[in-house]
Amino acid sequence: MAKKMHSTPMLDQLESGPWPSFVTGLKRLAKDNDMMVDLLGQLETSYETKKGYWKGGTISVFGYGGGIIPRFTELKDEAGKPKFPDAAEFHTLRVMPPPGMHYTTDILRKMCDTWERHGSGLIAFHGQSGDIMFQGARSEKVQDAFDEINQLGFDLGGAGPAVRTSMSCVGAARCEQSCYDEATAHRTVLNNFLDDIHRPSLPYKFKFKFSGCPNDCMNSIQRSDMAVIGTWRDNIRTDEKLARAYFAKHGVTDLVNDVVSRCPTKAIQLVDASKIPTGPTISAVKVSDTQAIAIENSDCVRCMHCINVITGGLAPGKDKGATILVGGKRTLKIGDLMGTVVVPFMKLETDEDREKLVDLGKRIVDFFAENALEHERIGETIERIGLVNFVEGVGLEVDANMVATPRTNPYVRADGWDDEVARIKAKKQAA
Amino acid sequence: MATATAPATPRRAIESGVPDNKQYLHPTLKKNYGNWKYHDRPRPGVLHHVSHSGEEVWTVRAGTQRQMDVHTIRKLCDIGDKFADGHVRFTIRSNIEYMVADEKKVAPLIAELTRNGFPVGGTGNSVTMIAHTQGWLHCDIPGTDASGAVKALMDDLHEEFIKEDMPNRVHMSTSCCEINCGGQADIAIIIQHTKPPKINHDLVANVCERPAVVARCPVAAIRPAMVNGKPSLEVDEKKCICCGACYPPCPPMQINDPEHSKFAIWVGGKNSNARGKPTFMKMVASGIPNNPPRWPEVSEIVKKILYTYKADARPWERLSDWVERIGWPRFFEKTGLPFTKYLIDDWRGARSSLNASAHIRF
Ligand code: HEM
Ligand code: HEM
Ligand code: SF4
Ligand code: SF4
Ligand code: SF4
Ligand code: SF4
Repeated sequence: MAKKMHSTPMLDQLESGPWPSFVTGLKRLAKDNDMMVDLLGQLETSYETKKGYWKGGTISVFGYGGGIIPRFTELKDEAGKPKFPDAAEFHTLRVMPPPGMHYTTDILRKMCDTWERHGSGLIAFHGQSGDIMFQGARSEKVQDAFDEINQLGFDLGGAGPAVRTSMSCVGAARCEQSCYDEATAHRTVLNNFLDDIHRPSLPYKFKFKFSGCPNDCMNSIQRSDMAVIGTWRDNIRTDEKLARAYFAKHGVTDLVNDVVSRCPTKAIQLVDASKIPTGPTISAVKVSDTQAIAIENSDCVRCMHCINVITGGLAPGKDKGATILVGGKRTLKIGDLMGTVVVPFMKLETDEDREKLVDLGKRIVDFFAENALEHERIGETIERIGLVNFVEGVGLEVDANMVATPRTNPYVRADGWDDEVARIKAKKQAA
Repeated sequence: MATATAPATPRRAIESGVPDNKQYLHPTLKKNYGNWKYHDRPRPGVLHHVSHSGEEVWTVRAGTQRQMDVHTIRKLCDIGDKFADGHVRFTIRSNIEYMVADEKKVAPLIAELTRNGFPVGGTGNSVTMIAHTQGWLHCDIPGTDASGAVKALMDDLHEEFIKEDMPNRVHMSTSCCEINCGGQADIAIIIQHTKPPKINHDLVANVCERPAVVARCPVAAIRPAMVNGKPSLEVDEKKCICCGACYPPCPPMQINDPEHSKFAIWVGGKNSNARGKPTFMKMVASGIPNNPPRWPEVSEIVKKILYTYKADARPWERLSDWVERIGWPRFFEKTGLPFTKYLIDDWRGARSSLNASAHIRF
């Protein structure tokens, strides 16, 4: 039995309604956990005053510099004593999830047991950065909790100016759109950056994210410094049986309105089944005895839309790999930035391919470490110095796929033009 | 500051990094890894994937509260043991997924989840779980709560979670400061401060690294200053855009205000590359009061936008696609939201958001 519950009239109102209630969960923990009784007290106070009462600090586990988010209460009486002393320390362990966030119930139960012993019993699956967040430990319990979690095969994620925890989509494990082995790429890359994850010493955070196709379920273009997005180079594959099944269900109206006319580059045409165009870059499939669709793959930008609508009937090609974008981030400080293309295509099938990805990541993080100002994300650095300086700095070649359009102003000193043309020519000939 | 007390002989961490997920994969997923052919959705909340090998797997998706007590997690595990061979996974939006290789298990699994209060849905053209942040429960800089706001809103949108009645999927997020951990979304609800920080000058010198705070301000509104004989900081309140960026590095620059920290609503963010390129969301409403525990004013505007979209958009149009077709003037007309001068961008690069054409819809 824990101590007496505080009255929580505001939070109580979040117990009704059809959505699962975190308040009910907190109360259940509070039945035999003083920390939770007091956490509810502090949270109710926040609801009344509309103020937060946590401040940070420094807590770490032996050998690591990051991964723990310390929280100390600031809700104190006149004498400076915490009003809710049992929740005066409420630290979080950020723990990296397995790729795709798959678990056995066995491992989840072990995590629960550990966290019941050493922490509050409150766990978030998952934080926005992808971590399993074990929330609510006293300072002296942090090391014990980590030791047990670590022995279960899990490790702390990043916090502060470090390489951060990453996420990858369900991908190859259960999604037909997957264009590379997201989980292996995710693990291989991150596990080559453990020092930068555990010992924060970069100018600011650096996030990798891995999505298996341009649907970008991991939101990597907008939320990561380096986005690895699956794609393919050859033609869209077709399956007549499934394409016909789509058509039988939806008819020509949906096919035209939802598929043909929604292709962003007008690469798809509805054609007569007796006049199906052929050629090395055309994918065509009959949807009925009289009608077919034909896709000009050299016009297709791999947006995924038609494949999403006619899943299985249309599918990504076989020559798969990934596009790499760099520089996505949210508002602070210069405004939102999306990642932009730095590698239009690279294969990601073999260990050797993945080594190349790791190597690229290393060059980019090294460049970031050396050239970014303090508290600057790589997207901001690129904005400040220009993409060309970045691309040359990390040893990549410029490519027309990196731009939406060529420049629209003449403010450039172009006296190196002839040399540059000669260099490109020489390089092409050598290849 | 405090440090974790190390045991007499501290254990060296096993720097194992990201664990291998093969040990946790459902056997059918493991067997068909990288070999899936297509999927369909037999009903809302259920995905049916078919492999090139002919094997099939059904996934049942259910909503959770994300901030879970161990009892809730164990309950979810019990259900996983009973129906799904002891394997589960979570989605990026904190939904839980159970994979079953036997179609006959789907209906009883749904019944068991529903009976235990976990709504089954969140697939396809539904309003799936709101991506949310930490808020008063755990963050050190929040202007509001996150879990509570999400609980209140998901109660209201429950029907849209368990059905697939929207023109396309709807992803929402909430964020309790302007940093916006919640991220880009079709509809996002984000704190918007409206007054410059109130500075507790007694504390600045002890707590804040002043040059770092000065450097953090996007509009260079902060200057070092002596106040009451102590080194402190001052803010040019005419310049200040009330972003709150100075607050995390310097808590005495109190930006959160029970009265003046409001909510803004943003629409049209899209992460996927499907059809058009990804888009950022745009601010369409502000000045909404921060009213715990259920934030009714927020819900009202969100629902107004959501149901206008639902009624007006064509199949496969995400919110951003819909607005691209009907235009912003009609968005404001149809939703009844006022278009104010604060919605015209004046940050760097803003001219690219202006209408440089004679394209006007009448
Ligand atoms: C002391 C300051 C900060 C603290 C304590 C803090 C804390 C956090 C926490 C706890 C999360 C995870 C939220 C969740 O799990 O739901 C998070 C995520 C995030 N933070 Fe911060 N943050 C801080 C500063 C910043 C700044 C300055 C930025 C932007 C420049 C930022 C951008 C983000 C973003 C974009 C995410 C979402 C991450 C993702 O999608 O992977 N944060 N932050
Ligand atoms: C069965 C496999 C899946 C398929 C076939 C699938 C399909 C799609 C499609 C078609 C889109 C693009 C929608 C559009 O804009 O038209 C999309 C986007 C997205 N999906 Fe999935 N999805 C799958 C699994 C998942 C999972 C498991 C998650 C998360 C846990 C997820 C999260 C997302 C997100 C975050 C986006 C993009 C977000 C945005 O545009 O705002 N998807 N997915
Ligand atoms: S990003 Fe693509 S491959 Fe990955 S889960 Fe989403 S749709 Fe599937
Ligand atoms: S994937 Fe290619 S063909 Fe299909 S809609 Fe997108 S751009 Fe058009
Ligand atoms: S949005 Fe802001 S207040 Fe909320 S958790 Fe993220 S950093 Fe904290
Ligand atoms: S709130 Fe933002 S604009 Fe105002 S002083 Fe702080 S950092 Fe500068």
